Amino acid sequence: MPEGILCNKNKVTTLEHLQALLADKSGKQYYQEMNNLDVDSTALWGLIQKTCKSRIRTWLDICTHCGLCADSCFYYLANGKDPKQVPAYKIQSTLGQIIRRKGQVDNAFMQMAMDTAFSKCTCCTRCGVYCPLGIDTGVMFSYLRGLLFSQGFSPWEMKIGTGMHRVFRAQMDVTTEDWVDTCSWMAEENADDWPGLEIPVDKENADIIYTVNAREPKHYPEDIAQAAILFHVAGENWTVPSEGWEETSLAMFAGDWEACKIQVESVYAAMDRLKPKRMVVTECGHAYRATVIEGPYWAGLATGKTPIESLHYVEWVAEALRTGKLKINPAKKIKEPVTYQDSCNYIRNGGLWEAARFIMSQIAEDFREMTPSREHNFCCGGGGGLNGIGRYREQRNIGLKVKRDQILATGAKLVVAPCHNCWDAIRDLEEVYEIGIRWSFLKPLLINMIEVPEHLKPAE
Amino acid sequence: MYEFVTGPLAWLAFLVFFIGIIVRLVLYVRGLDWKLDRVTYSVNTSFGVKGAVRSILFWLTPFGTHSWRDNPWFTILVFVLHLGLIFTPLFLLAHNIFLQERWGFSLWSMPDALADTMTIAVIAAAVLLAMRRIALPEVRIITSAYDYLMLAIAAAPFVTGLIARYAFVQSEPWLIVHVLCGELFLIAIPLTKLSHFVLFFATRAQLGMDYGIKRGGMKSSGINW
Repeated sequence: MPEGILCNKNKVTTLEHLQALLADKSGKQYYQEMNNLDVDSTALWGLIQKTCKSRIRTWLDICTHCGLCADSCFYYLANGKDPKQVPAYKIQSTLGQIIRRKGQVDNAFMQMAMDTAFSKCTCCTRCGVYCPLGIDTGVMFSYLRGLLFSQGFSPWEMKIGTGMHRVFRAQMDVTTEDWVDTCSWMAEENADDWPGLEIPVDKENADIIYTVNAREPKHYPEDIAQAAILFHVAGENWTVPSEGWEETSLAMFAGDWEACKIQVESVYAAMDRLKPKRMVVTECGHAYRATVIEGPYWAGLATGKTPIESLHYVEWVAEALRTGKLKINPAKKIKEPVTYQDSCNYIRNGGLWEAARFIMSQIAEDFREMTPSREHNFCCGGGGGLNGIGRYREQRNIGLKVKRDQILATGAKLVVAPCHNCWDAIRDLEEVYEIGIRWSFLKPLLINMIEVPEHLKPAE
Repeated sequence: MYEFVTGPLAWLAFLVFFIGIIVRLVLYVRGLDWKLDRVTYSVNTSFGVKGAVRSILFWLTPFGTHSWRDNPWFTILVFVLHLGLIFTPLFLLAHNIFLQERWGFSLWSMPDALADTMTIAVIAAAVLLAMRRIALPEVRIITSAYDYLMLAIAAAPFVTGLIARYAFVQSEPWLIVHVLCGELFLIAIPLTKLSHFVLFFATRAQLGMDYGIKRGGMKSSGINW
């Protein structure tokens, strides 16, 4: 059974394995090896029989092929209504076929299925909201990704991502030391402007445990500083864990369910260790989805809930504004037209659209909804891990057109995007299509418009 | 022949229909798995029930959802077809006279003119839905012979019923064909994708519970289908 050195069915569990993958620039060797990867049909069919139960089988069986899912899919719209982009077609020709053929599919089929599952679906689950029979194709594509991963058919970056989670308990190579150092560096860096600013690590019994996206310590440390400043001004008793601070899950995008469990359990262990009252998650959609919405199930928690109550950042901001912990200086509200990018993961799949609206009502004078919006909003175009996969860059860029047109229609030049994936996708769409927009997380906007109590201001 | 198709064969068809739909429902529910589906079906029950009920009711209401409103013509055809398929046979005067004669009970009967209208509407809706499958590329690509067969099986009792009613000459052979078509329809419901007769409620309830329990139902007033 041919297995490549880099592209194979093995899980990435060691630093050496991870480094070998990283050394293979753009996954050139990895994808070459994939061409020779054998499909273990027995194992594939065995996995399907064990994990594909009545929910998905019924979805595939009773789909009446009405085509109502077509217009719900941003890929279908962005690709000139190409019938091959109809969600029902995409799933029936991949997962549907694998099941009909009882796993007897070949390498070319698996690569086609991988290309479909990653470059034609971001698992945004919008189609499920438009299907009369409640068939959620996004959920099925996520399941398909798991089947593909089990056979080694995973995009290079996804394979690396799962290895990162297994080796570093983070989507990037950020060690505990790196993380703790970044926190103290950010606290020191901002100490002059914000006297008394702290980023308390491993403080027990805090009111809030704050968890982040590894990109923040790795590439955007100022985001951690901004979070600290806002907690500081709001007078919160908060902490970050030295371990179990990473909320994201490239493993969820890849369909590596074992790594998903390992990752979220590291966060739940921090809750257990530090006994905080609540958790607040940074401005990231899939991180919240992974650790708060899906995570309890991977960890086998029968309540379906995280061990302590968990909030997305927008929930905390909305609460802080409602309770007066954060006060907006009316003169500093956003004057220009501004729109809001509803993230699929915490809006459609998390129900937090009202919190987002409340925040916008407090910080903006001319808030303009996208059409459609809230739980009906379109994916930014970069969800499901797509932003990070080189192989599908072209397809991703085509998909961005729907978001581009949505933003243009609002007339706003500023997009509030409290989600790392959305933020990236909107940045990239500006780079590709140059429509003259700006984009921002909430934190930097809030810092510029909150009223700071006298005692928290630096002495002149 | 007539005695046979309206006697033992009818019993068989009803038996397959009733047992079949119960089996389909039971198998569906038994195949749900809170860990695999990642929905705590039996915990957080009140959110689950609310989600399931909303999910079903919104979609049972014509134009009650975004998807129905976005596709008004399709919505009209679907509701006309389904309402006709269910209510015409139940409340047809001829059926109820027959029921009274054979089994000693009957249901309320609708006026014949209404029954005729509904029958013609069902046939028209089926024809238009078939044409839609050919006309729209996004539907054509996912359509197979199976889909046309389903439409044909559903419409056949109505077509033959109409012929039996109005073909005064030699109406008995048509009546027999009509009864056979009806029986085929009944048997096909649990055995084909026409099982959405009951599984619609199951899958809608499942997704409603998913949204009601896990995907935001506890933090919002519920998804606006």
